[in-house]
Amino acid sequence: MKLLTLNFLTCARKTCKTNPAAFPLHPREAELEQIEAEINPLLIQNLLPRINWEVLKTISQELGLPSLPESAPDSEDFMTEEGEPTQTLKDLHTLLMEMNVQNGKLVCGSCEHEYAIKEGIANFLLPSHMV
Amino acid sequence: MLPTPSTTHVSFDAIYEPAEDSYLLLDTLSSASETAFLASHFPSPSTPSPLVLEVGVGSGVVLAFAAANAQTIFGRADVAFLGTDVNALAARAAAQTVRGAVAEQAEPRAAFLDVVEGDLTSCVKDGEVDVLVFNPPYVPTETLPAPLDAEAMASPEVFERDSKLLELSYAGGEDGMETTDRLLERLPGVLSARGVAYVLLCAQNKPEAVKERIRAWPAGWCAETVGSSGKKAGWEKLVIVRIWRG
Repeated sequence: MKLLTLNFLTCARKTCKTNPAAFPLHPREAELEQIEAEINPLLIQNLLPRINWEVLKTISQELGLPSLPESAPDSEDFMTEEGEPTQTLKDLHTLLMEMNVQNGKLVCGSCEHEYAIKEGIANFLLPSHMV
Repeated sequence: MLPTPSTTHVSFDAIYEPAEDSYLLLDTLSSASETAFLASHFPSPSTPSPLVLEVGVGSGVVLAFAAANAQTIFGRADVAFLGTDVNALAARAAAQTVRGAVAEQAEPRAAFLDVVEGDLTSCVKDGEVDVLVFNPPYVPTETLPAPLDAEAMASPEVFERDSKLLELSYAGGEDGMETTDRLLERLPGVLSARGVAYVLLCAQNKPEAVKERIRAWPAGWCAETVGSSGKKAGWEKLVIVRIWRG
């Protein structure tokens, strides 16, 4: 599961939907794998306004990745004058599109329910008494 | 004609096999009228990248088609794609379908995020989905089958397990609408302000009444039929309804 995906997911329990603590889900005991992907500069640039930078910083820290800058980068810093991707863009691409949680858990900050990730696929199905 | 993604790796013993309904979604999403609508609704490159969510991906053929042909369908390749399915086997197979179809495209490629195991949109953050696609279990049945828990998934009675998984993919309960109604109820929460949903219905789901109900939602919602299987194949005449804020 990509780190970018975590920007769009919350706890699946109805009672957590309105609780801000249910987002983001917190990775635990995560096995990370970097899977190379071609960089699409326009995609990263146009995804950036949708990314909750505070959340991305938290998740990166929880995964033990290098700490991110205090505030989100400016997309004007994504390309060099020669039209090549800058290190800022490459780093963001790696973090969002290449880092995958292969195995581990995602924990809700509200109800503390743990969702399993196995072979890269997260399972958000709840037992019927928890829905 | 855009190519149909390969699903040769998918086990159709336990996962819904692409059929007339799937192909109607492909044809509708890639039709001249819908591609024109989507391109003007999500103008590139001045607006943020749209997030596309397919609920109940099954084999993944629809999500893979949309992701592989993002440039044609949405008028831009900077689009992100996400899928959910209650069937763990489908989630795995669909991820492979989408990855395979996207990899065959020339760059720049769309972003396939993930397929997760989940019930409808339950794990998706509110207000984030720009395009939602749903080919529901729409066949009217006496009862709605219960989802399979971990124990049932691990059952050694594989034939029985697989037939239950297939039943989940088509059995829609009363009027074939029990699952679709649950999805529709969540749409105003799940969709972004610019969000659009494409939902497939069959004649027995009473599509005209469904559209009227949506138009009566607070805050001005639109619902229009934008695709149809055309031929009157008995009770399974299919339509695609586009739902969005007017």
